[in-house]
Formats: sequence, C-alpha cells, structure tokens
Amino acid sequence: MDRDLSAILARHHHDGGRLVQILRDVMAVAGHISPGAITRVAEALALPRGHVEGVAGFYSFFATEPRGRYRVRFSDNVTDQMAGSRALAQRMLDAFRIELGEVSRDGLVSVGLTSCTGLCDQGPAMLVNDHAIARLTPARIGAITSLIRGGSPVAQWPDNLFRIDSHIRRRDLLLGAPFAAGDGVAAALARGAADVRLQIEQSGLRGRGGAGFSTATKWAACAAAPGPVRHVVCNADEGEPGTFKDRELLAHHLDLVLDGMTVAAVAVGATHGLLYLRGEYPFLIAPIQAALADRRARGLLGRDVGGARGFDFDIELHVGAGAYVCGEESALLESLEGKRGIPRNRPPYPVTHGYRQQPTVVNNVETLAAAALIAVHGGAWFRAVGTPRSAGTKILSVSGDVERPGVYEVPFGTAVRDVLAEAGALDVQAVQVGGPSGTLLAGSELGRRIAFEDVPSAGAVMVFDRTRDILGVVDNFARFFAHESCGFCTPCRVGTTLNHHLMARVCAGKGSRRDVDDLVRVSRLMKAASHCGLGTTAGNPVLDALAKFRPAFDARVASEPGPAFDLDEALAPAREATARDDAGAHLDPEAP
Amino acid sequence: MSEPTFTLDGDDVPFTEGQTILQAALGARRYVPYLCFHKDFKPHGSCKVCTVKVNGHHAAGCTTPARAGDVVESQTEELTELRRDLVQFLFTEGNHFCPSCEQSGRCTLQAVGYELGVTQGHYNPLFPTRPLDASHPDVLLELNRCILCELCVRASAQVDRKHVFALSGRGLTKHLVVNAESGRLGDTDLAVEDKAMKVCPVGAILRKRRGFTVPIGERTFDKAPISQVLVAPHEED
Ligand SMILES: Cc1cc2nc3c(=O)[nH]c(=O)nc-3n(C[C@H](O)[C@H](O)[C@H](O)COP(=O)(O)O)c2cc1C
Ligand code: SF4
Ligand code: SF4
Repeated sequence: MDRDLSAILARHHHDGGRLVQILRDVMAVAGHISPGAITRVAEALALPRGHVEGVAGFYSFFATEPRGRYRVRFSDNVTDQMAGSRALAQRMLDAFRIELGEVSRDGLVSVGLTSCTGLCDQGPAMLVNDHAIARLTPARIGAITSLIRGGSPVAQWPDNLFRIDSHIRRRDLLLGAPFAAGDGVAAALARGAADVRLQIEQSGLRGRGGAGFSTATKWAACAAAPGPVRHVVCNADEGEPGTFKDRELLAHHLDLVLDGMTVAAVAVGATHGLLYLRGEYPFLIAPIQAALADRRARGLLGRDVGGARGFDFDIELHVGAGAYVCGEESALLESLEGKRGIPRNRPPYPVTHGYRQQPTVVNNVETLAAAALIAVHGGAWFRAVGTPRSAGTKILSVSGDVERPGVYEVPFGTAVRDVLAEAGALDVQAVQVGGPSGTLLAGSELGRRIAFEDVPSAGAVMVFDRTRDILGVVDNFARFFAHESCGFCTPCRVGTTLNHHLMARVCAGKGSRRDVDDLVRVSRLMKAASHCGLGTTAGNPVLDALAKFRPAFDARVASEPGPAFDLDEALAPAREATARDDAGAHLDPEAP
Repeated sequence: MSEPTFTLDGDDVPFTEGQTILQAALGARRYVPYLCFHKDFKPHGSCKVCTVKVNGHHAAGCTTPARAGDVVESQTEELTELRRDLVQFLFTEGNHFCPSCEQSGRCTLQAVGYELGVTQGHYNPLFPTRPLDASHPDVLLELNRCILCELCVRASAQVDRKHVFALSGRGLTKHLVVNAESGRLGDTDLAVEDKAMKVCPVGAILRKRRGFTVPIGERTFDKAPISQVLVAPHEED
C-alpha cells in the first residue's frame, strides 16, 4: 500500500487541492481509506489530519472502514425501485447471506444502496466498484453473483454487462444540429469576446442546471471581475434523481459541451477549465479523457487555441465521489478544491470569488452545449424557439411508467401532456417534474408547460401511474434528502431526517394527524431557514403531495397520535443480539 | 456624515461597513438569539437560530451584510416560533439531560431554549449513539451534547493553529473528530489554555475537575436571561 500511495500522491503532484481525486484513487487500490492512509496522505500533503479525515468521511463513495473487495451499490431512485431493484438487491443479499450495508465474513463483498445513478431509462442499475451496470434482471444478478464468487477483477467481466444504452428520442435545436469539434471555438474566435457575450444576451439563454439564471449576466460579471486567472467550470454532477440528459450529452455530444466551455472561456477571458463529472458515471471518464487529448492534439485546447495567438485554455477533468450537494455550485467549487462539499456563504459569488477565490463561471452541461451553438448560429436563432421568458429548448429525461423512457428535447412551452404522450405514458396518476426538489404534478395538471415561468425543471420527468403508491414515492424522496444533506445547517441536517422518519411512520400505517402536521412544520422550516437549495427544496415533495394527494395521507393515518416510542421496535437490537424473531421475542403477539 | 442605519423591529440600528446584521445588532446592545456565532470569529451561519426577515425574506442575521435602509424583523411571533423549532431540532438530535449536566446554568443552548420558551421536547428524540472521550488528562469530550457549531474547530485552526478539531461525516452523521489517528483526544496536543477550550457553548468540551466550582444556581444564566447577558458566559465564569 505504501508504494501505491506514493505513486498516487506523485500522480497528483502532492496537490492538496486534488484531495478528492487522491482519495478516489486510494479507494480504487485499497477498497477503503484506513486511519493509517489518512495520516500518511495528510502528512504528504501537509494538511491537518482532521481535514483529510473530514473529506474521507463526507463522500458516500469513500469508506473509512473495510468494505468488501467487491462493493455493490444498488441505485435506489424511485424509478429503480419501481423496476424491482429492492427485490434484486435482496436476491444478492440472500446469495451472500449478508444484510444490507454489511460486509461478508470473508471480506469478499458488501451490498448497499446509493442515490440515483442516472440510469433511470435503463434501470434497475447498480455500481460495482468503479463500474456501472444497467438493465438488471434476476439472470444478470445471478451472473454477477457468480463473477464475484469467481473473484476475477471487475474490469475483466464480460463487456456486455457494462453496456450503457442511448435513448435519444426527440431532437431539436441542440441534439439535431450538425456540429463538428471546433465549430463553436472558430465561431467564437471570429466574433470576439464582446460579440459572443452579446449573442448570448440576445439568445435569452438561461441556466439549465435548475435555477434559470441569465447566462449573459453571469458571464458579463465574470468577465468584468478583476483577477489574473479566470475559470470555466462545467457542472456535470447531474445528481437530481431522475435526471440523465447530461449523461447523454456527454456520451454523444461531447464536442458540443467542450466547445461550449471554450466559447465561455473566450467570452469571459478564462484560461482554465474544469469539468466536474459525477462519480456515478465512470463509463464517461475514458471517453472524456480521450476527447480532451484529441482536442489538445488538434489545437483546440492548450496554447493558441483555434490558432488564436495568446488564447490559452485547457480543461481538467475532476470526478466526484457520491454527493448530490456537490451539484450546488459553491459546494462544487469546494469539492474541486479538495474539500468537503459544503455550500459557501454568499456574497461573494463565484463570478468574482470562485475556484481558488478567483473569478469563475459555473454552468450546466446543457447550458454550455447551447452556448456553443449560439456562438455558431447567433442569438436570434436560439431566441426564435421557446417562450418569451424561456428561450430555446429543454432536454428532458423521461422515466418511470412510460413505454419509451429516454431523452426528449422539446421547445420551452411544451405541455407536460405532450411530452408524456410522446413517451407513451398511460393512466397517469402523478408526474414529478424537476426531480425530488422540483414539482409534483397531479394527473389533472398535465396541461401545465415546461418553462421557467410555469413548471421549471432541470430535466427530470418521472411518471407514476395509478398503481403506484404516492406516499411511497414521497418516502423515497424524503430518504434521499436525508441521505444527501451535507449537514452544515441545523434546519436541513435535522429536518431531512425528521421528515424521513415521519414519512416512514406514515407509510407503515403508524402515523397520526400530528405526524402529518409535523411534516408540514418541518418542511416549512427547512424552506425558510436552510442555507442552500437542497434544504429549501427538501420539503417540496411532502408539501406538494399534501396539497394534491391529501386523501392518500388521510387514509393512512390515525386521528389520535400513537405512542411516540415503539416498545416492540426498541426490542429489535435485543432480538438481533439473541438471533430470535419468534412470537415470544415480541411484545405484540401478532408480530412479526 | 452620519452612520448608515437599518431598522430592527422598527428601531434604527447603526452599523459600520462590513458588519453583518447580527454584529450590528449586538453592537447596539440588541439581542438576537444565536448559537454558532462568536464575536472573535468570522460568522459562518450554520445554526440558523439568528434567522431574521430582511425586507420580508428569511436570512441568517450573522452572515447577511447590513445594508442601509433595510427593514429587519426579529422579535416576531413567527420568527420566535422558527427559532424554537431550530432549538427543538438541536435537542432532538443530541442527548441532552440538563439536570445531570455540569454545564447547566451556563449553557447557551439551554439558555436560548429558556429565552424562546422551549419547555419540553416536541419531536421524537433521535437518541444517537455517540462516544464519550475521557482520554485527555484535563479535558472531557462529551459528544452527546455537541451541537456542531464548529466554534472549537475554528478556534483551534485560526487562533491556536493546532487543528485539534475537525468535522467528518455528513448529514445527520456529521460529527466532531480530533486530530489523532487513534481518534482519542488524549493523543492530540490540546492544552487547557487553548482558545478551543473556551468557546464551546454547551457541555461538550469540559475542563475536568472544574465542573462545579461555581455551584448550580449561581451561574451566569441562573442569574439573568441570556438576552440580558449578551456576551458569551464562559469568558466570565
Ligand atoms: C442541491 C443542489 C444540487 C444541484 N445540482 C446541480 C447539478 O447536478 N447540475 C447542475 O448543473 N446544477 C446543479 N445545481 C444548480 C447549481 O447550483 C448552479 O445553479 C448551476 O450549475 C449553474 O449553471 P447554469 O446557470 O448553467 O444552470 C444544483 C443546485 C443545488 C442547490
Ligand atoms: S441546506 Fe442542507 S445541504 Fe444545504 S448547507 Fe444546509 S445542511 Fe447542507
Ligand atoms: S449541553 Fe446544555 S443543553 Fe445539553 S445537557 Fe448540558 S446544559 Fe443541557
């Protein structure tokens, strides 16, 4: 291990700013990050040991205690669950005779859950060590179980296991336009920085990452900010459950995205680019590295980019390690600097104090792709599509109860109903637009439109038909937020867990009116007092569901509060310790 | 030129450039409840107990820059209710048994709770399993009472320059760690003179053998409510 560690540290130039990347590599060779490894990394990087321990303890893909040599994690998005993921996970647990989260006694394997891995169009999905596997079936689980027993390295498993399909079902402005690497760069260089910014302004482009902030305003502020070095960051964290359109863009329109980053660099005068890829997309690492190398060889990155004397720009790839909050732009910057992904206080904003406190634009993958085409075709071309306040198109990730899950590029202003018709949704009960942090629509609201002024969306459209239990959906989302809260601020750290527990009680039929009142109270408090968008939106599913599906709650709760403390449940640790689960080990003779 | 001012619950509060709302309010001897703020450190805004409304929008008073002409609300029933809930959250999250706690009477969490009228728990306690570390000869680390304000982290890093404390985990599993491979406080270079020893607002970092030198009943908040004490108690006790 010592030799490995030295090699890893050398590969990252002993740069503490690359700590997340370093710890990813330690995980890859050692399977966990031991106390000794933490000490040695801290010493080598001249960082306080507690800092390294804090980073190692923050990201879900890092383990500070031994895990299995094969670390299996089932994607636990509601769409995976609807496709049967929990039963498949149980099958595997039974095969290895372990519990969820446990390591087998021989240290071979551990099986756990992870937040949405962005393969909702081809779920259920899982991650095994650094590999993603989609389209899980009992047969595939059987094959994977045998491969794990056989002990061969995951990289040597049959290729077909790792195939990721593409489901681009509808193309418009972005996905339909012919484009070759360098087109956007050449156009931007011909226009010059001021005209690029003008075209972006005239295009009306607003951020596709969720907040819908004006891209022109952001770029102008960064261009005007004093600083010797400026940075362009591409936010490819795509953590919002149900969203996978950035995955498709990066897999099949990568040049559009990399050109877009370079166009942004021209517009703001940046010399350094960073692409932050979520750790759930390991299959994109090699293609992105190859594309970057190719662009360097072709003069599209490096010195005098595109033949423009003095325009130097290069792009670095950083890979995340399992933390939804790192999609929040200031948490993302912290992560890029090798720290815990805690959202910063603002002001100051990233445009003036971003990466390493220098002026930085952070943009979503799709925003940058649009910018590349706007550089080529001009602002008016883009503005002609969409609504007055939401120009252009939106790429949606459609999943759940539809016949044709996949990516649909639609003009802004398209009714949700039209998207669903194209995707083949039948008997719709509800649609979650924008992921758990977005809006839950009832079946009666499908005339509403995808637009910043109506139903805004970072891209997810999850469809639930009438056979689905809406409370179960909300419970899944509550669990997601509790798992992903960074823990910095009190309302979200505690509130997400309280909501998760309250929803679980209600779903188990043990809830009361008072629990429902508390759900509202906690959700409102998180909205009012949280530090970042994760906490302010974490109560949305509960509040939306209560507003639109109240009878589903009322049918499940008692009017009088039951005991807050479940005596029988409190005996669970004792039952586990004594390996008993017979009637005599329960207070309630009816159980288990 | 006269000082710029904003209004706090209708009264003018003067401030100097660069001050936040909470700093200006305290400077004007106006109490706004808070836990993670300390005048010697840059505010970081994690506890959110100082949440106020600025021109109608919620914001943490400690990190929001004061701006001339802003209308700030603090002592409203709505905000008191919100703060009460935040304090409830903190009690629910840890293991707090005030009657047997040697910090009772000089504990900021307890005092803010009284100030806000928190008299009983509202949410089901989470009863976390947290270790007690008595390995240091002079200091007891009782994490059951830690409220994750990060004051000791900041003090140790910025003043003592020792980095004895840090945070690990995330969400509800976020917890204090110490700068030692063994994970034991006794293996760090923490000394009783350190600033990190003087900033804990609750009973999590305790000086051994000094718990009852001031008897219960004669402690800072036994004598006056925190809104009148205004300054951190442990620097006087
Ligand atoms: C909890 C949270 C997660 C987020 N995740 C993402 C993400 O995965 N991708 C993204 O582009 N933006 C995400 N955002 C929004 C970013 O903070 C930011 O607004 C965006 O990257 C800006 O780019 P844009 O203007 O091009 O949309 C997230 C925000 C929050 C609060
Ligand atoms: S709202 Fe949640 S995720 Fe955001 S800073 Fe607070 S605890 Fe962290
Ligand atoms: S730390 Fe404060 S609130 Fe917690 S038990 Fe002690 S006195 Fe009570």
